[in-house]
Amino acid sequence: MTATVSISSIEKNFGATKTLKGVSVDVAAGEFLTLVGPSGCGKSTLLRIIAGLIPQDGGTISIDGAPVDHLLPKARDVSMVFQSYALYPHMSVRENIATPLKVRRLSSFARWPLVGKFAPGQAAARAEIAEAVKQVAAQVEIEALLDRRPAQLSGGQRQRVALARAMVRQPRVFLMDEPLSNLDARLRVHMRGELSELHQRLGATFIYVTHDQVEAMTMSTRVALMMDGEIVQVATPDEIYTNPADVRVARFIGSPEINLLQGRADPQGRISIAGRATALRTEAVGQLTVGLRPEILTIDDGSSDIVIDGRLQRVERLGHDVLLHVRNDGSDRKNMTLRVSAAELEALQMSGRLEENFTIGARATAALLFDADGKRLPAIHGATASEPLTYSSGRKLVGV
Amino acid sequence: MSRPGSFFMRMGLTPGQIAMHAFLLACAFAMLFPFYWMVLTAFRPSQEVFSATFHWLPQTFVGFDNFREAFAKAPLLRFMANGAIICSGILAVQLLTAIPCAYALAKYEFRGRNLLFALVLFALCVPVQVPALPLYMGLAFTGTLDSYFSLMLPFFLSVFAIFLFRQVFRSFPDDIIHAARLDGMGEMEILWRVVVPSASPAIAAFAVFSITAHWNDLYWPLIVVTSPELAPPPLGMMYFSDTDLGSSFGALMAAATLLTAPLTILFLFAQRHFVQGVTMTGVK
Repeated sequence: MTATVSISSIEKNFGATKTLKGVSVDVAAGEFLTLVGPSGCGKSTLLRIIAGLIPQDGGTISIDGAPVDHLLPKARDVSMVFQSYALYPHMSVRENIATPLKVRRLSSFARWPLVGKFAPGQAAARAEIAEAVKQVAAQVEIEALLDRRPAQLSGGQRQRVALARAMVRQPRVFLMDEPLSNLDARLRVHMRGELSELHQRLGATFIYVTHDQVEAMTMSTRVALMMDGEIVQVATPDEIYTNPADVRVARFIGSPEINLLQGRADPQGRISIAGRATALRTEAVGQLTVGLRPEILTIDDGSSDIVIDGRLQRVERLGHDVLLHVRNDGSDRKNMTLRVSAAELEALQMSGRLEENFTIGARATAALLFDADGKRLPAIHGATASEPLTYSSGRKLVGV
Repeated sequence: MSRPGSFFMRMGLTPGQIAMHAFLLACAFAMLFPFYWMVLTAFRPSQEVFSATFHWLPQTFVGFDNFREAFAKAPLLRFMANGAIICSGILAVQLLTAIPCAYALAKYEFRGRNLLFALVLFALCVPVQVPALPLYMGLAFTGTLDSYFSLMLPFFLSVFAIFLFRQVFRSFPDDIIHAARLDGMGEMEILWRVVVPSASPAIAAFAVFSITAHWNDLYWPLIVVTSPELAPPPLGMMYFSDTDLGSSFGALMAAATLLTAPLTILFLFAQRHFVQGVTMTGVK
């Protein structure tokens, strides 16, 4: 009951606007793939196309290797959990969960209200359905709520009912459209864990849409980041964070946002930031962007490969960690964010180093380089590089 | 110490609100007084109707004499049964046709949808008198004049119902319809088992409109019906006010009281739905 899903060059236009511009991605059987991106990037549309709820204008969806473009939603053997839960408002929880099975297993006459009870030969099917409903209700812990109406349930309970309704017919593929975004913060964290657990237990293929990068990072096997109707990068959560293919990916993934600084590469490929030479090297020449994650920045103690002048603007305490908002008074007046531990902040304050201008430092190996179009550039940084490059140490070259 | 108006001030009413309530009370009086007069007359002898002075209560209480007379002279139960048959027939066909039509206009994308909806709105502007002649000729041609069918036919398709239900269905969440499609329901099943139950306030409101209009209708029955045994309440009243009950105002008003009673009772029961449906809260 698990299947591969292959999405190949899907296009969708709404009037003149191109919502999806040839999106392709292959989802392995049993994978938890998250489509993440800002609102309006087309991720929900893509999910509805996979389900067959709206037709695509081009491209093919295949499930388990077989194209399903001609199939109605009900014939695709996928189920979906909606952001609004989409429970049937006038039916009890029990009826809500039983509906997908009733429609499939009972004759159409037996589903008539009132008279349907007298349809012959349906007793066995009815007993099976009741049993299946009881089982999934137990799995998501809503046995006590079976006789209530959706209006009498809290958001978290509705969410569980929607999950149970999706699970009860054991589909090959689960589609989830921002299922956690209507829950409060605490419940969201809890349900994140439950969904991951559910995915492991069921072993089914999950395609999960969210605009919340934390959900994407914590639950997924792989993350597909969508922007403006295109998939910019598909990678594991770890990979997409440490090795983004595009500056948009780097900005979207990670909180607080990555610090992007204007840099300049001289004809030898040596990069300088705000007028200061750094140990960074690349093969390109001219304007480029240097991305530095908040946690790789430190207050420089003379050992950094990259140094930037700064002045403290504001301290934001998050408990264990502290964010330092620093301003560079150089040519581009850039604000930067540093993430340090509370203990480090204590030490810095004791030494009085935050009171005047100071320099921020980072290791060259941790910097991410992007060209003027936002595409990732390979950095060249000597022995520590992941690529097998054979340049000598950057430090010697710039002569710091 | 107690200045004029201080009582209302203590009640938390501003002068504007007092004026508003006085106006509304006057309107309510103008609306309700004819009904009061009808019920009053039903319980007093006919000659009191013409007395020069007005009394709020019957001077001579005649009990149910007028009702007995009305029942003896006119087949009131028959009229009411006719009214019930006609109203339920019309309502059933109206719902069966208007609901799918409204659903298609509200939730399906197809070429010409806006034009069709514009035509529906346009049809709201056509009074029933306009197509009366062709309809009459059609009925005469098919030999179906003077039947229940001829009484119901012009009202089978209600553009008002289409308009009302379209507005209600539009606010029904698409996600629930999508969920039902994924669960495997057919389009008709989705409509009747998922969408319609949520629209019950609007359906109740429309039922009150429809039943009131056709129970009280005199114009069309007057045109197509000649047999008294097919007459709905107003037409029956008209037949008998002329001939048998003409001079007996008490009996006439007793009959009128009885014939308006079903609608009053219906409204009292459906009142909550009625207001809810008209304000179109629809689905939460």
